[in-house]
Amino acid sequence: MKSGAKRYLLLALLAAVVISFFSAYFNRYYLGVTIDVGINIILAVSLNLINGHTGQFSLGHAGFMAVGGYIAAKFSLMLSPALPPWAQPLIFGAGLLLGGSVAALTGLAVGVPTLRLYGDYLAIVTLGFGEIIRVFFQTTETFGAATGLTGIPNWTNFGWAWGSAAICVFVVTCLVNSTYGRGFIAVNDDEIAASASGVNPVRYKVTAFVIGAFFAGIAGGLYAHHKSFLSPTGFDFMKSIDIVVMVILGGMGRTVGVIIAAILLTLLPEYLREFSDYRMILYALLIIIIMITRPQGLFTFGFKVRNSK
Amino acid sequence: MTEFLQQLINGLALGAIYALIALGYTMVYGILRFINFAHGDVFMLGAFAGLFLTPVVQRFFPPQSYLGGIVVLLLAMAICTGFGILIEILAYRPLRNRPKLTVLITAIGVSLFIEYTCQHRLVFGAAPRKFPDLIPVTTWNVDQLVVSSTQVIVFVTTILLLIILRFIVQKTRMGTAMRAVSFNEQAAALMGVNINSIISFTFGLGSALAAAGGILFAMSYSSIDPLMGVQTGLKAFVAAVVGGIGNLPGAALGGILIGVIETFAGGIPGLSNYRDGIAFTILIVVLIFRPTGLLSKPQVEKV
Repeated sequence: MKSGAKRYLLLALLAAVVISFFSAYFNRYYLGVTIDVGINIILAVSLNLINGHTGQFSLGHAGFMAVGGYIAAKFSLMLSPALPPWAQPLIFGAGLLLGGSVAALTGLAVGVPTLRLYGDYLAIVTLGFGEIIRVFFQTTETFGAATGLTGIPNWTNFGWAWGSAAICVFVVTCLVNSTYGRGFIAVNDDEIAASASGVNPVRYKVTAFVIGAFFAGIAGGLYAHHKSFLSPTGFDFMKSIDIVVMVILGGMGRTVGVIIAAILLTLLPEYLREFSDYRMILYALLIIIIMITRPQGLFTFGFKVRNSK
Repeated sequence: MTEFLQQLINGLALGAIYALIALGYTMVYGILRFINFAHGDVFMLGAFAGLFLTPVVQRFFPPQSYLGGIVVLLLAMAICTGFGILIEILAYRPLRNRPKLTVLITAIGVSLFIEYTCQHRLVFGAAPRKFPDLIPVTTWNVDQLVVSSTQVIVFVTTILLLIILRFIVQKTRMGTAMRAVSFNEQAAALMGVNINSIISFTFGLGSALAAAGGILFAMSYSSIDPLMGVQTGLKAFVAAVVGGIGNLPGAALGGILIGVIETFAGGIPGLSNYRDGIAFTILIVVLIFRPTGLLSKPQVEKV
């Protein structure tokens, strides 16, 4: 199982890098959308670790994404004029890792005090943290305050986006399927029973939070270098909801379903562009109808539905 | 000292509105145990109901009269009661006894649906609108303090509504049934309480209070738009959690507290930019030290 997973990872990375060499031949618009899909897969899969596998409910994923995005963007804005062009991938890679690490630290800072809370309380506190992070970037001059950061080098290509997505899927899948990772699912199934069996729920929850935040930070860095500008309004409550909807639609804790949902929900708005007036109304209706008819997610078949929380 | 008192007056006026909205959140949570995200949008609908009712009402009553204002307020409350009950029946009733998360996501969906529908150019349009003056606007200067008639109206209306609410919840049959359902739904059902009608009643009551909050907010800030309920609704919900969710006096206290602290923070030069983050900071601090809020009793998790 393990070596199989590693083979898939290598294959996916290789494919991503090879395709990115030919990216000049593709239509720029479609290429851009494909990169969006890759970034959203990272966001959805990392949130799935928190919301799906571990059964917590975080509404602040956009906040972690903002942290990673701003840090990585600032890093390359400061270093790129000083270094020769061949160092670009190095700066970018380092910037992404730095952004991810700072986001992970933020996740730790958020997780330690709040993860004693349950369900709705946790949802509202993570929402609050997301808003605080947004307000912070909106008022800090170093990060461009309300106007945001502009002129970020356009470095994200197909290889970076899908390579990172492959690593994210690999890490989350291997983690959850490992002996250690069974703890996440135990915490999801029954927290009290898990702690009675010697699994420390708080530690697992914090771990899930930190890893989820790390990948959200990476996704933020990729997003910043894809769009070339960052504005604090792009990381509001709505962005978090978008990611949550991908996880719910795909089925909580079902990585494959979540990936399909991330792809669909990124492509759907592009197809609905002609009906832009009605697009978001349809989107909202879709959420309500799916929740009423298929609460277990669109892509969950033949499994027993957990109805604990 | 004058400035302190002035800020206190402004803060109390804002806090009273938060309190009215927070009561709706806390009542619904007390009975159904889920966050009704659409509540902030009912607040917005209340303000828009006031906007469209005012020209109609002013045909029958002299413009900018207290009587006309009261009629607009009551009609808007009645309309939003209808909306609240409709939302409950259409969106939440099919989900009764489903996992809490499902209902929470549906509530977010309902909220988005109302916001985007109202932003459509055929409905209200996304641009902010000016809210007409409902009552004669005057300001009184008491010893350098400025108190506007709107602020007085906000206080008086809020206090009256709180007294009425307390009467309904504590003294009437419906109120007793509400408390019973919130205490133990199954036992209440076995005692012959019609759960569905009580839940609808709760949604109606909460929505009426939100509509009143919407009108008072629109009177105070005189500009309304379809997204006004998002931030205000979130802060009111935070107020309900800070006071101890499910607890009516707690929601009122939390609302006042958040309103006052936010206004004071807005007056301090270095902090004024962080105004929108203040409510959430208070929330996090309160939840870390008292995970169930200020006024509610700690509960023991049972297996």
